[in-house]
Amino acid sequence: MRGNCYIPSGCSVSGIMSESGRRQDGNAIIKSIALMHDRANGLGGGFAAYGIYPRRSDLYAFHMMFDDMAAKERCEEHFKDRFDIVLDEAMPTRPGGAYEEETSGRWGERGVQPIINPPVLWRYFMDVPEDKTKFVSDREYVVGEVMEINSTIDGAFVASSGKNMGAFKGVGYPEDIGVFYKLGEYKAYIWTAHGRFPTNTPGWWGGAHPFCLLDWSIVHNGEISSYGINKRYLEPFGYKLELRTDTEVVAYLFDLLVRRHKLSIELAAKVLASPFWDDIDRMPDRERRIATALRQVYGGALLNGPFSIILGHSRGMVGFNDRIKLRPMTCARKDDMLYMSSEESAIREISPDLDEVWSPRAGTPVIGELDEGVA
Amino acid sequence: MAATSELPPEFIVKIDYDRCRRCKRCVMNCSFGCMHFTDRVVPEHKLCVACQRCVTYCPEHAITVTKNELAYKENANWSPELRKNILKQAETGGILLVGMGNPRDYPILWDHLLIDACQVTNPSIDPLREPMELRTFLGRKPDRLEFVERDDGEIDLATEIEPQVRLDVPVIFGAMSYGAVSLNVHRSLVMAAARSGTLMNTGEGGLHRELYPYAGNVIVQVASGRFGVHSEYLNTSAMVEIKIGQGAKPGIGGHLPGEKVDEDISKTRMIPVGSDAISPAPHHDIYSIEDLSQLIYAIKEATDYEKPVSVKISAVHNVAAIASGIVRAGADVVTIDGFRGGTGAAPMVIRDNVGIPIELALAAVDQRLRDEGIRNNASIICAGGIRSSGDMAKAIALGADAVVIGTAALVAMGCRICQKCYTGNCAWGIATQRPELVRRLDPQVGSARLSNLLTAWSLELKEILGSLGVNSIESLRGSRERLRGVGLDSQTLELLGVKPAGVGQ
Repeated sequence: MRGNCYIPSGCSVSGIMSESGRRQDGNAIIKSIALMHDRANGLGGGFAAYGIYPRRSDLYAFHMMFDDMAAKERCEEHFKDRFDIVLDEAMPTRPGGAYEEETSGRWGERGVQPIINPPVLWRYFMDVPEDKTKFVSDREYVVGEVMEINSTIDGAFVASSGKNMGAFKGVGYPEDIGVFYKLGEYKAYIWTAHGRFPTNTPGWWGGAHPFCLLDWSIVHNGEISSYGINKRYLEPFGYKLELRTDTEVVAYLFDLLVRRHKLSIELAAKVLASPFWDDIDRMPDRERRIATALRQVYGGALLNGPFSIILGHSRGMVGFNDRIKLRPMTCARKDDMLYMSSEESAIREISPDLDEVWSPRAGTPVIGELDEGVA
Repeated sequence: MAATSELPPEFIVKIDYDRCRRCKRCVMNCSFGCMHFTDRVVPEHKLCVACQRCVTYCPEHAITVTKNELAYKENANWSPELRKNILKQAETGGILLVGMGNPRDYPILWDHLLIDACQVTNPSIDPLREPMELRTFLGRKPDRLEFVERDDGEIDLATEIEPQVRLDVPVIFGAMSYGAVSLNVHRSLVMAAARSGTLMNTGEGGLHRELYPYAGNVIVQVASGRFGVHSEYLNTSAMVEIKIGQGAKPGIGGHLPGEKVDEDISKTRMIPVGSDAISPAPHHDIYSIEDLSQLIYAIKEATDYEKPVSVKISAVHNVAAIASGIVRAGADVVTIDGFRGGTGAAPMVIRDNVGIPIELALAAVDQRLRDEGIRNNASIICAGGIRSSGDMAKAIALGADAVVIGTAALVAMGCRICQKCYTGNCAWGIATQRPELVRRLDPQVGSARLSNLLTAWSLELKEILGSLGVNSIESLRGSRERLRGVGLDSQTLELLGVKPAGVGQ
């Protein structure tokens, strides 16, 4: 299952959020990402959804991928002493499923079937035993476990590990992946999606986006040219970068900056896509002091290279670009809905009549948050 | 070397008497006494050091200096150098003294490292059209920042950041003491550092009072002899450096002969005129890491915790563990000096046989500090063997915050690397205190040439960053993923943390 190649990728991204917390099914996000079919090449697609497990919202939902049943057994042996498994079941899927529109028809022309050779897909709703959290928080504990499973259990991969959320991803066009995972049957207040155009082909399900850790999810169009140092910056903090793709550093950096270092999302975005020194020098005193310190201290976390990223977490969705906007991103609002996408057309496809449409400035995050009081 | 020595001359000076107009400029320019004038110019070959001064300044281009080819009969085992050295020692019974860095044919790993570039999937960036940032800060950084919310709802920084020194270009001029080099060299270096937004390092000979206005661009060094160290000196600086070792002569002290200690040097070094200035091999108040820590904090107390303190060590076998100890002892900056680093004078046997290559030392230190989670606690400066902007970029990618140039700076000011610095006869006015030679280097010209060099290297570094598709030096620093090795064995690659060329990400 795990390829040995590194995969730089082009791609499409799309995100939908209801700031009032209304949940809607996955058909809209599938329709949106399907429009950008040509930005992907069938070698990876995926979705992250928030609010999908309201009845089990206090449990960590692990979406797992296994190479084979032996890997599943190895992993369950590992889980046995580390978690209380409340429920585990096969991921509901529709093997051979395909998005019925013309775009996916091209698979047929090429003589390839949609969604082939899925790994063993299983989900676990788990609690962290109390005795495990004497010295670390349960979230810290889960992060450590995710790192350990991904790096030490052969053939097992954690696709997502948050509460009341999950990742649905695989090798194929995203719209077909959406159908394969029956996303029409889930309801979420945030949906993000990714269609992938990797420039080489390990065909690895775990390598598709979104990348998730706890409730963080990242879909990413671009290439992190600073991957080498971002990886070396993260490693001393205990993150194991084993997935051979640059996108995972984004998820781990957000986890480090926001969860562990308690920076706000705005400040974290200023670290990852920092203002230029020329602009910092012109800032008023307080802002300049803060921006200077962020660059001095977090230089190893600066993301360089072309990217547009949509970050999902349980309270919101953040879209942002690299410092000189080398990849596209368009945002829009309609009533309580916030949209972000690689192309405006993918937003108009599902919401033709918008209140507001804009292209965010380079390096400037667009932040969607659940209204206060929304649980 | 006495003219009665049996050593054959190393070089032959040829005068083209058809072209020579007997202007005697070569006689005036030769500081080694090689050129005599009777009715025409007659060279004393034995005294020639091939410094190229006469060749450069002959208006008729009538002089050429060549090797004395068959001074020693060919022998693959007994090189001319070995025989020359034995003859010298047989005549004198002394330690062989040499100047400049290790000239031997050891592998230069910089030349086995290649840099990545973008194609298609990530666009390269044109540094002439887009911002390209080289600004670097040296000093201890916290692992994380904390913020407080003020009454007006705005946030403010709660973490106090320790003093940082800003560099506009990540190249610092290396430590060369006033005494070893002339005051005009110090003037040139400090003026260029000020113009280019970087630092010069005083070396261990103190700072001439005339240069005190440049405090913001000066690293003041505290070495084992403590020459010129006083409270005002420590505070007339951007940073203070404790010199433990020097790459060219690890474990060895220094010796400035009394002939060089004139009035000005005497005042600057705080020693009597004409007395030898001897730097002991160790600091006699530092026999352990805890002693070093005491000196670091003594200096911090003396400078009111307003300046970063650097500790400079030579690259030796155990450099990574030593560097880690230094950071934990309180140093804000670690300077590692490789075995190819320069010197005004060192015993040849030490210079040519002791220490390890800076590339390996740098890689080991950066990785060790990261493994221990203390890389943010100190900046790493890489010294000893940086010859070009390419070397600089590779050093930064291996993990250096900034690099040091010593020899390259001297070459920019005219040095021809004739390796006779220890004689005090430098024809280019660099490593000398003879007033008639010192004035050959005009600080205005010297500093302009140094600034030109830094400007050129900055432009080249920006081109490299642009081709890598990044627009800030932070994204190159420590990014070994962007380096590949050619012709290196797997163990060296592993130590460097670099993959072999041909392997993708």
